[in-house]
Amino acid sequence: MFDLFILMLNCVLVENFIFHRFLGCCPFLGVSGKPDSALGMGMAVTFVMTLSSAVTYVVYHYILVPYGLEYLETIAFILVIASLVQLIEMFLKRFIPALYSALGIFLPLITTNCAVLGAALLEVDEGYNFIYSVTFGFSAALGFTLAIVIFAGVRQRVELAECPAAFKGMPIALVTAGLIAMAFSGFTGMSIG
Amino acid sequence: MDVKNILMAFLWFALISGALGVLLAVASKIFAVPVNKKAEDIEGVLPGANCGGCGYTGCAACALAIAEGKARVTACTVGGQETADKISSIMGTGSVKAKRMRAQVMCSGTEECSKKKYDYVGVSDCVAAVRLGGGNKMCPNGCIGLGTCVSVCKFGAIKVVDGVSTIDYSKCTGCGTCVSACPKHIIKLIPYEAAHWVGCMSVDNGKITRSYCDVGCISCKLCQKNCPAGAITVDNFVASIDYEKCIDCGLCVEKCPRKIIWSSKTADGFMTISRGDIDHSVKGTAE
Repeated sequence: MFDLFILMLNCVLVENFIFHRFLGCCPFLGVSGKPDSALGMGMAVTFVMTLSSAVTYVVYHYILVPYGLEYLETIAFILVIASLVQLIEMFLKRFIPALYSALGIFLPLITTNCAVLGAALLEVDEGYNFIYSVTFGFSAALGFTLAIVIFAGVRQRVELAECPAAFKGMPIALVTAGLIAMAFSGFTGMSIG
Repeated sequence: MDVKNILMAFLWFALISGALGVLLAVASKIFAVPVNKKAEDIEGVLPGANCGGCGYTGCAACALAIAEGKARVTACTVGGQETADKISSIMGTGSVKAKRMRAQVMCSGTEECSKKKYDYVGVSDCVAAVRLGGGNKMCPNGCIGLGTCVSVCKFGAIKVVDGVSTIDYSKCTGCGTCVSACPKHIIKLIPYEAAHWVGCMSVDNGKITRSYCDVGCISCKLCQKNCPAGAITVDNFVASIDYEKCIDCGLCVEKCPRKIIWSSKTADGFMTISRGDIDHSVKGTAE
């Protein structure tokens, strides 16, 4: 149990998907204009990443390993995750319209997101069991949410500040992201897990 | 051995893809949501700017509300009469007259006319400035001129002229995005053809208003007394015009001692703003 807690803390702070592994940078920069939509994106990623961790674990250990097809894990995971998201989207639209409209456009956006795929591949590399895999997926997404919401908050202030014309928009956003990443690198010294 | 591996990979992936394909196809039938055909059609004729001027989150939400009868066919102010006609034909209702509106900044306090409390050097945004003691203008209801409305306008219709936001009538669609964005709440939607408006919203009494602004309403009530149609009322130390009653006579413009009742004049097919004897260069097309 304590191990799981360490794993979660590790994923959220120390090995943050965005600031440490540089995965999921596209939505991180694209959907961080407002804290509201950033939170929506974070929720959608959490939702998909947790589920895809579970499903890819099953696919890997019960289909790919027995038939010696481990080398095809990337394409298999993309296939499974994309279909899974489509299925979830249809299911939500029909039965939980409120959640569907809350997640909105973010759900299909992360169908082939590298953070989601990265989580699935990392779980295999680390040799996690089912519980660990799902916990890893969930807490990595939690770290993603934390990062994107913090970034959206900072970015709102940066947008209003006067900065040289050459830095306006995306350049200053990237500089800001770099600075936050540096702050997060302080957690590396904790060396837990 | 090698051939067997390739075959195995091929078979398994064909199986997985096939199974997922069938699953999705079946799911799309089971989970199919009845789509509102009318809403789709209406969304097609809406402008698609997603400005939010109708009060809904975007054109799709507005279309759905109209289709379900929760919003009127004239809900889209941006599209105006043309869009309203198209929507009413989709909805099967008769033509409804849409009233075209335009935004108007109710402040005349340009740089040289109004006094400042302090020098503001923070981020260039009215909302940020207002958080700092209500902005740098002494007038509690004056335009700060840092352009929050300029940045929210989806149609590029606003620019700050001489410290006061000014609206280009030819581009303004009356969506009202600036109205809700202005932290001082001094932008109002008025009928597009409205000839006159009071360029002040200061609710301080005459003496105080006079102390910080050369062009503030001092609530002398000359306009109210002289209006033949009874369209002007001075309430809470500021005059306002009721456009239902206004007959565009222009008497108030002449009577106002502070020259803050503005007129729009149509000349050469353009709508021009004027204040007192001064003609302003912002033009818009007349309908």
